[in-house]
Amino acid sequence: MTGAHVLTTNPAGPASAIDGVADPRLDTTHGPILYLEDISVTFDGFRALNQLTLYIDDGELRCIIGPNGAGKTTMMDVITGKTRPDRGTAFFGQIIDLLELDEPAIAQAGIGRKFQKPSVFEELSVFENLELAMRTDKRTWPTLFAKLNGAQRDDIEDVLQTIGLPEQRRQRAGSLSHGQKQWLEIGMLLMQRPKLLLVDEPVAGMTHQETERTAELLLSLAGKHSVVVVEHDMEFVRSIARKVTVLHEGSVLTEGSMDEVQQDQRVIEVYLGA
Amino acid sequence: MGISELLARDAGGRVFLTLLVLVGVFLPSLHLLLPETSPLHISAYTLTLIGKYLCYALLALAVDLVWGFGGILSLGHGAFFALGGYAMGMHMMRQIGDRGVYGNPLLPDFMVFLNWTELPWYWLGFDRFWFAALMVLLVPGSLAFVFGWLAFRSRVTGVYLSIITQALTYALMLAFFRNEMGFGGNNGLTDFKDILGFSLQADGTRVFLFVTTALCLGLAYIACRFVVSSKLGRVVVAVRDAESRTRFIGYRVEWFKLWIFVFSAVLAGLAGALYVPQVGIINPGEFSPLNSLELVIWVAVGGRATLYGAVLGAILVNYSKTVFTAILPEVWLFALGALFVLVTLFLPNGLIGLLSQRRGERA
Repeated sequence: MTGAHVLTTNPAGPASAIDGVADPRLDTTHGPILYLEDISVTFDGFRALNQLTLYIDDGELRCIIGPNGAGKTTMMDVITGKTRPDRGTAFFGQIIDLLELDEPAIAQAGIGRKFQKPSVFEELSVFENLELAMRTDKRTWPTLFAKLNGAQRDDIEDVLQTIGLPEQRRQRAGSLSHGQKQWLEIGMLLMQRPKLLLVDEPVAGMTHQETERTAELLLSLAGKHSVVVVEHDMEFVRSIARKVTVLHEGSVLTEGSMDEVQQDQRVIEVYLGA
Repeated sequence: MGISELLARDAGGRVFLTLLVLVGVFLPSLHLLLPETSPLHISAYTLTLIGKYLCYALLALAVDLVWGFGGILSLGHGAFFALGGYAMGMHMMRQIGDRGVYGNPLLPDFMVFLNWTELPWYWLGFDRFWFAALMVLLVPGSLAFVFGWLAFRSRVTGVYLSIITQALTYALMLAFFRNEMGFGGNNGLTDFKDILGFSLQADGTRVFLFVTTALCLGLAYIACRFVVSSKLGRVVVAVRDAESRTRFIGYRVEWFKLWIFVFSAVLAGLAGALYVPQVGIINPGEFSPLNSLELVIWVAVGGRATLYGAVLGAILVNYSKTVFTAILPEVWLFALGALFVLVTLFLPNGLIGLLSQRRGERA
């Protein structure tokens, strides 16, 4: 079992690598790390997001659920700079305006994203995947002459342990199993030392055991990071969520604990179409 | 990173560099030291022909860098080669001085023929070698920078990028065909006499050019190997395989593409500058879209993303071309097309892929 290392060898977690390194401008003194206010996105007349307002607290683990087309992925696209909203504001902390930044700038400010489909660099080794994701100077010339120092090697080793892939470090990422690729991608997120992690359907296609380990991994990250998980698997959401947000037709339908949400009449209607 | 460290894991590169040193030392020796009657004598023609292949090999390296590693299928790299060639040609044109047919000390013959009375401003400075040498690198590099900046910033990729690179070289060809451009129109630049004061016809000069080409090819190979072994090289491969993912981990993808594209264009320009003194002519035909397509075939035949594969492909295809066009000139283009189709279908990793596959099976 390749995932055996998850959380077992590093109970306290490798503090150096896992702790987020905040952009000095990141100001979370008022509580929330992410402010989305009144965001609307329209694609060819289709309203993907409709005056969405959502706050994520610093250190929180938040699950976002909702039927297909509720706007979950579009919301992630807006936060990471892939899609520009027609209106509304998006702030990371109180000062950093996400709508003024492009994807690399947002990534460097401290927002990491894991895609729905595992997307690792298949031709590169596991180690090299982590090396590329590492938080460091990412301009061209410094990258050309970049050499790993001892601390950086240690960071990569720590993350390899955390995601349970130390034996696979030399292996081509393309040859990993589906679950291992998902973990590698989470590992790449950790290497960026983000303050906010956006995780899109982390357990899709995973076996039961792999799902459990992923839940442990995500739970261990909360606190040090803010984690936003979009997921369809209700059992998985129940196992990790403290607070759940339900999206429907591009805006927030309700928020609360999993139990509260599941008993909410409107949520039942949306999901069952009753 | 030392050179030995760089080549430690590059067996193909060690073989290539060893062969290159042998070729660079023995062929000129056989040419200079053996009498013409000896069966082992290398004629000046053969030496220059092989020198030409080495220039093509350098050009193929440049293409492999952007296409094989960066996934940017440039169908216009011939343009950078031609621009480097023109820059060197302009220098040698001005070196002719008053030895031209019209005996004008300042103006090249074709300008006298067009009744021009003064040298266009963009010909100024080319009488100095260092200036011309700088332009050999700077002109292709700047064009690649401007073109790449516009294209990559607008996120033009894939087949669209290939088409506009093809359009770029075609547009340059049409422009250089025009007499008013001041580059000799369809005749191009020729009748060169000497380089750095040495006659181009002299044996010693030919040998010098040959050795210089081999040296440049070797150094360029090592530089390319350094680039692809660096972290920047890995980012470029990452961009090739998952561009948006690379952006989301914080790399400005367009700058990395631009970096590799400009570096590659500079190498292509250098190849052109070494080519022109050896073949003695540069004309707008070098900008022809067909030339740029051929480069891609060399790299595909040899094997992408290996560097030495590109060298092998360039030399093999051009040797075949020499043989074919002597025997059955009209068949060559069909043979080339067929080669490309066959390689694409049956040898997706080129000849090098075939070799390493064989080795893998034996192991």
